[in-house]
Amino acid sequence: MKLTEAEVRYVAELANLHLSEEETARFCAELGEILTYMDKLNELDTAAVEPMAQVLYEAGEAATLREDCERPGLGSETALANAPLAGAGHYKVPKVIER
Amino acid sequence: MEIASLTADQVRHGLRARRFSAVELTTEALRFAEVENPRTNAYLHFCPDRALAAARRVDERLAAGEDPGPLAGVPVAVKDVILTNGVRSTCGSRLLEHYVPPYDATAVIRLEEAGGVILGKTNCDEFAMGSSNENSAFGPVRNPAALDRVPGGSSGGSAAAVAQGTAVAALGSDTGGSIRQPASFCGVVGVTPTYGRVSRYGLVAFASSLDHIGPLARNVRDAALLLGVIAGRDPLDSTSAFAPVPDYLAAMEGDVRGLRIGLPREYFKGLASETGDVVIAGVEVLKNLGCEVREISLPHTDYAIACYYIICTAEASSNLARYDGVRYTIRSSGAATLSDMYRRTRGGGFGAECKRRIMLGTYVLSAGYYDAYYLKAQKARTLIARDFSEAFREVDAIVTPVSPFPAFRLGEKVDDPLAMYLSDIYTITGSLAGIPCMSVPCGRTAAGLPVGMQILANHFNEAGMFRLAAAFERAGAS
Repeated sequence: MKLTEAEVRYVAELANLHLSEEETARFCAELGEILTYMDKLNELDTAAVEPMAQVLYEAGEAATLREDCERPGLGSETALANAPLAGAGHYKVPKVIER
Repeated sequence: MEIASLTADQVRHGLRARRFSAVELTTEALRFAEVENPRTNAYLHFCPDRALAAARRVDERLAAGEDPGPLAGVPVAVKDVILTNGVRSTCGSRLLEHYVPPYDATAVIRLEEAGGVILGKTNCDEFAMGSSNENSAFGPVRNPAALDRVPGGSSGGSAAAVAQGTAVAALGSDTGGSIRQPASFCGVVGVTPTYGRVSRYGLVAFASSLDHIGPLARNVRDAALLLGVIAGRDPLDSTSAFAPVPDYLAAMEGDVRGLRIGLPREYFKGLASETGDVVIAGVEVLKNLGCEVREISLPHTDYAIACYYIICTAEASSNLARYDGVRYTIRSSGAATLSDMYRRTRGGGFGAECKRRIMLGTYVLSAGYYDAYYLKAQKARTLIARDFSEAFREVDAIVTPVSPFPAFRLGEKVDDPLAMYLSDIYTITGSLAGIPCMSVPCGRTAAGLPVGMQILANHFNEAGMFRLAAAFERAGAS
């Protein structure tokens, strides 16, 4: 199986990923090959099998909710220290509304 | 003081006997690491100020007659996907080249509270995605055992530093084998604990249902010591387990006579290779120690790679969505709109393997494919996990190879991503089940390349796993 260029571009759009022409062409073949391998799972009858979303193990009852108490946050200056562009205590980004 | 072969025990005795201070040891360890590192590129950067401050605290505690902690003065390396407050944490990615975290990972805090001294941050595959360390944006790591070969991945820098002697122990992370496989390739001990055993607060997320932090060390005892320090419930990670942390060092001492060990036939069939021979010879050692070895079956092994690479890429595509040019230091210039900025920042910042996994993960989660791929993989995961729970009714531990082959040459496999994924077969099954697994050095090939033996145990039975590994290590040394 090979993905079409349109499929690869659609997925890249969903992933917010700009791909070059060359990358798009390469992913058509590579992703197709890997997905064909994944089809192996269709050999398994899973009609009566529950999906495993997380690791489960035998464990006693535990209070998984912590006390809801205040604790100091990072503060906006520290939190913004890694921002590529910040101002007035906020992240700055290019224009959001597009036509 | 032979810095390259130090163990945690030797550091403790040296400090107690006043043969050296923690500051003297740290100064020497940093000097040695900085001189030796260019041979392997194991460390990405050092943090001498932080290391010396930690060493001074150890010396102060010693001078005051206080207990300086179980890791007092021990030089440790930390994989660069684990956050260190004020010390750059790049995840091996161009996108985070300048990222300085404002907080510490819980494992890092616990390590320093126990007296550990962090020398620096180690190289890894970008966002821990890879099996060779060739996906680092800052150059590959070379295997100290053979400099033309890869150290394995993704915790290649941590394994190489420990093997090279530029750290006594290290923290790595493991999602599908990223601690065990490099430990095997470099000839050190690497431990992936039970899922939830160690807090992941401050571990940069790759695949959240599979990610672990774990130790690498030059012997089983040091690895167990380090795990004991970092393990245990952390309110900041809701997936961290409440189960009490046993005294691993005490548990290691026991006899292994009569221990039931399973060899999964699916792992050993077709293993007609030098690696297979070395592991089979290791199994003979276990028999001589009085272990009761029997063949078992893990029937869904053959589906593990497909299952794993669907789940991990799906989770990665979500986790990596946050690197969009808004919060984390790097932004593509010249974009006119917000969505264009996202796309250009990510397109220019991520390396090839990250893009491949983001694309795969986005594809398998996309409308129309979710049930066929993601849900199907989660069901296959149930079957794989069930294989293990059934096996552990019959046996106390399972022994397998870590990798089908020893360290390969740099560049040898970079052009075939599927072949690279397939080489993870022996390590990802344990990751999917969330059970503790480790690589312990088992021997070498004729060419002198290290081969690891994998030991897997049931959930939270790290103590039993260490007992077997320690007995095996002692038998090999005698």
